[in-house]
Amino acid sequence: MPVQPRRATPSAPATDTVRLSGVGFGYAATHRALRDINLTLPSGSFHFLTGPSGAGKSTLLKLLTLQERPDAGSLHLFGEDAGQAPRRDLPAFRRRIGVVFQDFRLLDHLSVFENVALPLRLAGGRADAYAADVGEMLAWVGLGDRMDDRPPSLSGGEQQRLAIARAVVAGPELILADEPTGSVDAKMGDRLLKLFQSLNRLGATVLIASHDEALAKRSGATVLRLEGGRLNGGQG
Amino acid sequence: MIRRLFARRPSLLPRDAGGEPWLVSLIAVLCFLACLSAVGALAADRAAHGWARQLRSEATVQVRPRVGETGAEAAARAAETLSGVPGVAEAEAMDRKTAEALLRPWLGDAVLPDLPIPHLVTVRLDKAAPASAVSLSRALASAGLDASVDDHSLWRADVERSAALITVLAMVAFLLTAGAAGAAVAYATRAGLAAQTGVIETLSLNGASDSAIAGLYQTRYGVLAAVAGGIGAAVAMVLVAGLRFLGGAEGVTPALPLMWRDVLILSPCPLLAATVALAAARFTALARLKGHR
Repeated sequence: MPVQPRRATPSAPATDTVRLSGVGFGYAATHRALRDINLTLPSGSFHFLTGPSGAGKSTLLKLLTLQERPDAGSLHLFGEDAGQAPRRDLPAFRRRIGVVFQDFRLLDHLSVFENVALPLRLAGGRADAYAADVGEMLAWVGLGDRMDDRPPSLSGGEQQRLAIARAVVAGPELILADEPTGSVDAKMGDRLLKLFQSLNRLGATVLIASHDEALAKRSGATVLRLEGGRLNGGQG
Repeated sequence: MIRRLFARRPSLLPRDAGGEPWLVSLIAVLCFLACLSAVGALAADRAAHGWARQLRSEATVQVRPRVGETGAEAAARAAETLSGVPGVAEAEAMDRKTAEALLRPWLGDAVLPDLPIPHLVTVRLDKAAPASAVSLSRALASAGLDASVDDHSLWRADVERSAALITVLAMVAFLLTAGAAGAAVAYATRAGLAAQTGVIETLSLNGASDSAIAGLYQTRYGVLAAVAGGIGAAVAMVLVAGLRFLGGAEGVTPALPLMWRDVLILSPCPLLAATVALAAARFTALARLKGHR
């Protein structure tokens, strides 16, 4: 796969991309999914987040994508208080974040091309301005010949690559990926890891949540371990 | 790639194949009913104004003869007196034959010869400056005539009140129909948001604002309502044109005089339907999205 991603456009270099201080969150009063999380992701850093099922990895990613808000502590993204941001400000934060969901969340009624173009279209881009970028991105993830197909006609691995292409096409400053190698074989897992490393080298801050501790070790990235809603290791 | 540049971008919302034809049908029927309400109100208003105008331009005088004078003589004298009053175009004593002809449909022939029929004078008033009932009464009193003047004001008020009531009822029917169309769109929008939660979340997480998502529903249902409004208005136009064609200038009934321009008056219906749908979809979507994460 030819690697020609767009360069991320990071905010001021001194600013941490993510800063969580004493963050807690619970879906119910009796069950705390996250407790006292202290985490800083400097701009341009690469981290793996590991831990057993139910440890709170997906919940932490939900906080970082602002699908949930912490009920304790503070959450800063790109130097701004995102935990308390009003709803109308969320699109501005989310346009700086690229997310690879565990279940991909592709739009089945749109073509492969339109799925990848989605963040650019939502940011107000014109089709003639982004068509070349989207084509290049699809070629990069090996889906250049599937542009007009619908996601349901793709294999699991192809859907995963499509989800990654959509997450990175707009050159986000922060890339969050939830089990991005979950439905691909080890060889494809390594290729995807290289892809994330390339994006990181281009300036993006990357956080990958994964069960695959071997992959995390091979990556050479800082590994954070979440257990019982508490963060151990790294900067936890 | 060039083909892609010129291709129309697909909607970010999936098509709701099951619900949309149903919604188009419903809005088309509502628009058809709204068009009929509007034409009905116009025709009723036109009929009432015609009748009121006719009543305003006429007065009826009942003359009671004095001792030694026949009813016909008193009526003739009253007609002559009234002819000279400013604001009167023509005054004519009604002879017994004409009066009997008016009563015949209600009373039949048998009783008419023995019936004491009042002595009447019909007065046609000047349309530009009609004489008042007071000035007619004064002129008759000055001529020594015992007479009472009926300027039809009682009837006219009733007709005008009825016309106003019909117009208000038609307006209420029109607004209720528009409200029902808006409610149908609001319901469809809520159903769409509920059915497409995953799509909405994906759009939102990729940077779509609530306003942009509401705009998608707004466009979807605005276009849909415009099409439905066009269908409803077209059917109503055909019906109105048919009635006008069959009924001629007087319409199918004097109570519903239709004109060719009534057909054109229905043409903004698609625009109105789209406006109602746009507003309903936008407000509903924004209200629902506030509850989302």
